[in-house]
Amino acid sequence: MKTPVLQIRTPEGIVFSQALAGPVIRFLAWLLDLFCVMVALTVLGYAISLLNLISTNLALAVYTVSYFVVSIAYGIGTEWAWRGQTVGKRLFRLRVMDAEGLRIQFSQIVIRNLLRFVDALPMFYFVGGLACWFSPKCQRLGDLAANTVVIRIPRLSEPDLDQILAGKFNSLRHFPHLVARLRQNVAPTEAALALQALLRRDEFEPLARIELFERLATHFREKVPFPPEATDGIADEQYVRNVVDVIYRTER
Amino acid sequence: MIIDLQRFVEHNRPCWTELEQALNRLEAEPDTRMSLESLQHLHLLYEQTTADLARLSTFSAEPEIRRYLESLVARAYGEIHETRERRRRFYPMRWLFQTLPQTFRRHVRAFWLSLAITLVGCAFGGFALAFDPAAKAVLLPFGHLQGDPSERVAQEESVSTDRLAGHRTTFSAFLMTHNTRVSILALALGMTWGAGTIILLFYNGVILGAVVTDYVAAGQTRFLLGWLLPHGAIEIPAILIAGQAGLILAATLIGRGQRARLSTRLRSVSGDIVTLIFGVALLLIWAGVVEAFLSQYHEPFIPYAAKIAFGAVELVLLSLFLAKSGGRKADRAKL
Repeated sequence: MKTPVLQIRTPEGIVFSQALAGPVIRFLAWLLDLFCVMVALTVLGYAISLLNLISTNLALAVYTVSYFVVSIAYGIGTEWAWRGQTVGKRLFRLRVMDAEGLRIQFSQIVIRNLLRFVDALPMFYFVGGLACWFSPKCQRLGDLAANTVVIRIPRLSEPDLDQILAGKFNSLRHFPHLVARLRQNVAPTEAALALQALLRRDEFEPLARIELFERLATHFREKVPFPPEATDGIADEQYVRNVVDVIYRTER
Repeated sequence: MIIDLQRFVEHNRPCWTELEQALNRLEAEPDTRMSLESLQHLHLLYEQTTADLARLSTFSAEPEIRRYLESLVARAYGEIHETRERRRRFYPMRWLFQTLPQTFRRHVRAFWLSLAITLVGCAFGGFALAFDPAAKAVLLPFGHLQGDPSERVAQEESVSTDRLAGHRTTFSAFLMTHNTRVSILALALGMTWGAGTIILLFYNGVILGAVVTDYVAAGQTRFLLGWLLPHGAIEIPAILIAGQAGLILAATLIGRGQRARLSTRLRSVSGDIVTLIFGVALLLIWAGVVEAFLSQYHEPFIPYAAKIAFGAVELVLLSLFLAKSGGRKADRAKL
């Protein structure tokens, strides 16, 4: 299933996208938040029980109000303090944001949290889950009313290109006219695919890894055939590495 | 065309890092006022980064860097293109005596509709009970309202001990939380294009109308007023205001006669809805205290006249507050 994304076009005409969180991961984050609320209430319950020394009636009243306030204010407070994140959302790398990509407002946070009363009906967020499932932006009713979405926060790291490309002898560079033709013939998506294969090479099963790089190498060999002295004795994975190197890095 | 990724990153990274640091500062200290030069510089960094993102989108892109840039641009876009006022400080008294009543008046038609629906429910409940007293069990599904009103009054007035002694605070807390929950539900059900809110208001009206008819028909009007007015003078308007918020939400969703997009419409009323619901919560706290500490005590403990007068004064003060507080001038200025 394709990950739903929120696409925003800025007035400058730039389009950027944010991956949206689906109902399952949001439910898991909610379970974690529920656990946090339970822990908070238990701790609070112990603290409030000290009021029993003064009055049992007062202790019970304070607990009743505290239970209500904590269960509602947890989401509002944490999302406001952490710019759209609760404990559960932090751990699952989710964030609430304005559906137009603007800064989220306090009123939006309050509305999406108050409308949990409807989303939670009849139990376990059935209504909210259904709405989220069918909504193109994965919004529950609270999100629709508050004009918010929940996005997945990508792990932001730049690829370690040096590890893949630098310091390796590249036999293809001895044929600059063929390298130029290769750069011309290879589509950006193909180049990106090869780069990703190299970046994730250790995640594959050994057999799958051999098969993948064999197919990629065959594909690139067919695009621009290099003479045998440039390719003999080079494993498929090394060939793909050389291809990516000449595509992504021009010699200075 | 495929760009030299490493050179591209090395060349542009200082700009991205600077933008990221500026955004981190802005997010950590939202109250900071930026100078014009800083703002212009932030905008320049944003434009440079969006241009880099555009280049990456056009040419071959390494997904990680593209995601990184998209995340940066998204954060900067939110800060730069946000035109809604950022509230720097919350003034409770100004909110209570200006913002809340002004917001109420701005959407007063939704309140009148909320009141009308409740009154229709009252009329329905009253007529239903008058024509078919056997329907009482269905109309009033609460044990203490099932019996004969005259018997209940006699029983309440013969009590010599304080029934709520030792439980008043708990009872009050229960009432506050329960009524607030019902009010939030009345608001939230606005998402059903108002159908849920209307049903809830109508149902509340049916119960109220049936109770009133039952006690008036039994000749217990004084008891009824003394029992309901002290807390009802605040509690019932509070529920009506919650209904008003739900109806505002519903009207915004339906958007009849409005040309703005749904998201724009919702954005324009979200602050008002939150103001109203917080106002409702405040009213219900007061109503909960009054119901537990005053409404449940009858003659000979407290004279009915005193209770009725107290409720009437509350109602007048609340009406004045909602109608006048904040001033007409401020209303006009806001419009």
